Amino acid sequence: MHDKDKERATPPDRLQEQADVADAGRVPMPYRALGPNSSAGSSRDRRSDPLADPEAGEIALDIGDAADDVAVHTVGGAEGVVGRWQTPAGRFARTALALAAFFLIAGFIWETLKWFGGTPWRFDNLLGSGIDYFHDPPFRVLQFSDRQLPHIWDILFELFEPFRRGSDQTLLEFLLGAALFTMRQAFIGFVLGALIGIGIASIFVHSVRSERTFMPYVVASQTIPIVALAPVIALAVGLGPTAVVIVATYLTFFPVTISQLRGLRSPDPRAMELMRSYGASRWDVYRKLRLPASVPFLFTALKVAATWAIIGAIIGEGPGGVGEGLGKAIISFSQQYITGPEKLWATILIASLVGIVAYLAVRAAEVLVLRNRPGANP
Amino acid sequence: MTTTASAPVVRLAAVDKVFPTQSGDDTVALRGIDLDIHAGEFISLIGPSGCGKSTLLRIVGDLVQPTAGIVEVNGKSAHQARLDRDYGIVFQAPVLFDWRSVEANVRLPLEISGVSGAERDARITEMLELVELAAFRDHYPHQLSGGMQQRVAIARALALQPALLLMDEPFGALDEMTRERLNAEVLRIWRATGKTVIFVTHSIPEAVFLSTRVVVMSPRPGRISHVVDVDLPQPRTDDSRETDRYYDLVTEVREALRGRVGAGPGPAVASLERARAEGSFG
Repeated sequence: MHDKDKERATPPDRLQEQADVADAGRVPMPYRALGPNSSAGSSRDRRSDPLADPEAGEIALDIGDAADDVAVHTVGGAEGVVGRWQTPAGRFARTALALAAFFLIAGFIWETLKWFGGTPWRFDNLLGSGIDYFHDPPFRVLQFSDRQLPHIWDILFELFEPFRRGSDQTLLEFLLGAALFTMRQAFIGFVLGALIGIGIASIFVHSVRSERTFMPYVVASQTIPIVALAPVIALAVGLGPTAVVIVATYLTFFPVTISQLRGLRSPDPRAMELMRSYGASRWDVYRKLRLPASVPFLFTALKVAATWAIIGAIIGEGPGGVGEGLGKAIISFSQQYITGPEKLWATILIASLVGIVAYLAVRAAEVLVLRNRPGANP
Repeated sequence: MTTTASAPVVRLAAVDKVFPTQSGDDTVALRGIDLDIHAGEFISLIGPSGCGKSTLLRIVGDLVQPTAGIVEVNGKSAHQARLDRDYGIVFQAPVLFDWRSVEANVRLPLEISGVSGAERDARITEMLELVELAAFRDHYPHQLSGGMQQRVAIARALALQPALLLMDEPFGALDEMTRERLNAEVLRIWRATGKTVIFVTHSIPEAVFLSTRVVVMSPRPGRISHVVDVDLPQPRTDDSRETDRYYDLVTEVREALRGRVGAGPGPAVASLERARAEGSFG
């Protein structure tokens, strides 16, 4: 028996209805459209039929027309509340702005720590204005000193200095080249890891026995520290980009496997009954129901996997003996930390920006692919 | 779907369904169900929660296996009938695939059964016109109201032109106004297509208004306690809901649900029933 009371809630007034729709846009809950007992399912069920809306005028016998007018109105009303953020571009912009805000806040905290506990601030002729500025922080904390936590502007200025003495290449140019190199490895690892993850999940979903047998190994694989595993991989396949790709793949396949398995299992039991009533084969059920239903889950995993693939590639470069990427840059600049901490911080900044670019690329794909599934698209 | 005039579309004989439970006490969901349903009938299954009416519907659809008894659909086993796509099913929730447009949702069963090309397009257009949603072809489910979504679900169920339509409380999640509107629409579709319909509901007025026969079930164990023939003239309209015969039948079904068959309501009870008839059971 179904849960009657939940689903037979009285139709709410229009405001409530709009609030529901607005909520539906925010809550990251895939498959609301199919779930009868999820809050999402009932929130949708509670949307009253336009025909029952008193504002639809007399309950016309001409169902088509009445529904026409009011349905458009309902959708329009919902968009009025949450507005432009519900377009694909808006959803993407929201994510990008949130990340930008994070950087601003982190930067603000950073400089605040230095204001209270860092090395004295001294600017002669500030930005060419002729003003001299001096600030003596009330405390002295070693960790906030210019040696360990350089000013953000010093890090940024460092990007436009030669990356090593006598070189005509700036640090920024050098790091962008390294980033591109690392991203290439990471991308290959990301694609391979995603495909492997989807493959494993597809096998597991069709065979409980295979899941019971092999899932422990999938989980165990992630308990081995990647820094310990990377040299072993390099020994096995030899030094070079292949080792880096394998490390990136290794980190990527796991979140995809777990999330994709959930996604493939996410269809409403009645959707499965429906497919059964059509006499659908397993293959039909897989490609017409399970796979499309899993897409929001896949994207959730891919967003994690994209940044992990970058991290995997950076970590893999040391043991992999690959010299052109961000990983090697981090290692060499950390050895020069005493004389130039700005270089290391600049590298860390670029490395995190690379991760963010990877994340945003997946997010952009997500909002495009899921543009007609607002319930599955946070 | 050629059946001889006398052969029932659905034949249930001595059907039992027992669900084993962990504690060892088996739950008897259905006991000794005998029911023949003939071509063109509109049968409602009504009863309190737990009487097994949804289970019975799923047994007819070969979605649940009976523990004992005979289930035949179109003279075949229920299993064969499912493989032959002899029935369409509509659930309480529309269960539309939200990544598919309205048109693509109706196309789904046609894709799976291999109907293609011009015939498929014609079938989709015909079904969308039948449920009066042709203008919403390219909309996505989230852009439709609950009632409209349920109409898409009906179009999808009818796309394979099954002889039998199974509906499991299809309007239970909708408000009363929408429900009455869709009731009229289901009757129109039923008359236009000549389908045999099995309709599970909680609502006495809905059951009486729609059906040619109301099958009243009682729980623990689920069994058929009474069958009420609904002799309201066809075609039924909103006016049918205001006839004395309609109120009498609503009362009869309600009495049957209370297990007081044959007692007959006194005049005072009858007027009370008349007032209550507007509401739904449960």
